[in-house]
Amino acid sequence: MSESTDRQVKADSLGVGLGVGLYGISFGALATTGGLSVAQACALSLLAFTGASQFAFLGVIVAGGTATAGALTAVLLGARNTFYAISLAPILRVRGLRRFTTAHLVIDESTAMALTRPTVHQSKLGFYWTGLSIFIIWNLMTFVGAVAGNAIGDPKAIGLDAAVAAAFLGLLWPRLDTATTRWLAFIAGAVALGLVPVTPAGAPIIVGGLLAVAIGLVIGKSAAQVGDE
Amino acid sequence: MSELWWGIIAVSFGCYLLKLAGLAVPEHILEHPFTVRAAALIPVGLLAALVAVQTFSTGTQLVLDARLAGLAMAAFLLWRNVSFLPMLIAAAATTALVRLFW
Repeated sequence: MSESTDRQVKADSLGVGLGVGLYGISFGALATTGGLSVAQACALSLLAFTGASQFAFLGVIVAGGTATAGALTAVLLGARNTFYAISLAPILRVRGLRRFTTAHLVIDESTAMALTRPTVHQSKLGFYWTGLSIFIIWNLMTFVGAVAGNAIGDPKAIGLDAAVAAAFLGLLWPRLDTATTRWLAFIAGAVALGLVPVTPAGAPIIVGGLLAVAIGLVIGKSAAQVGDE
Repeated sequence: MSELWWGIIAVSFGCYLLKLAGLAVPEHILEHPFTVRAAALIPVGLLAALVAVQTFSTGTQLVLDARLAGLAMAAFLLWRNVSFLPMLIAAAATTALVRLFW
């Protein structure tokens, strides 16, 4: 890794940008088949610009939940970006107006491509090239997907409702790397399903999800040790 | 303006401010072991709940239908390290085929 040149860092970043940006098409298509307008799908990608939160908002709306429940779930998921930004702050050292534009690019992939670099210079390259290329391609592909989604008659006939579940599973998968997180994920899912018949749509997701977080925090230290196995 | 638009504005503002906070607020205020751990666990809990609800329910009813076949296909492909977009398409196609032939 220490041998990598600036050019390689840029090429790697563009590769990640292209790969991740492309699945903006799935967000766009699922958004309009789920009842959002093309403008609403594009607004989310432009302004929220954090995939998991966008899918979560959509998921709650599709499940029949309120916009408030959807927004709450999405913003809770966005909290991890705060901690990415904390790790990035001493590397990027952005001040003034630059801070406001840089903040928008803080997402999973730009953080990963920055923190794995040996020098500050290459970390910055990785962050901005990854962040900007994802931003551009993700937004273009959201628009393409949203327009295409509008043309689809019955989303269930082509299994798009299953694709929403698969998208969440894809985002969850890399986090299931320890026994603790697998158990907590199981508890969150089970509690959420238990609540489905007795609470308004949207509530099971928030309550089930946060209950698992609370359990994870209570078992605290022992869980951290298990997590290190 | 519709409720949906207000939700989109709230998501956008909330997510942006959370990003900005990490760059702007002094590290020691946010970087408490408790908050760091909570931030790592929140995506696990919420995404798992979203997977469950999106697969096994419709509105306020629990249902078992063709979506389960799609999710099983997704899990298999993720286990085989297939990338995101082909995995989604295969999951959707699996569910669509089950619906067609059952």
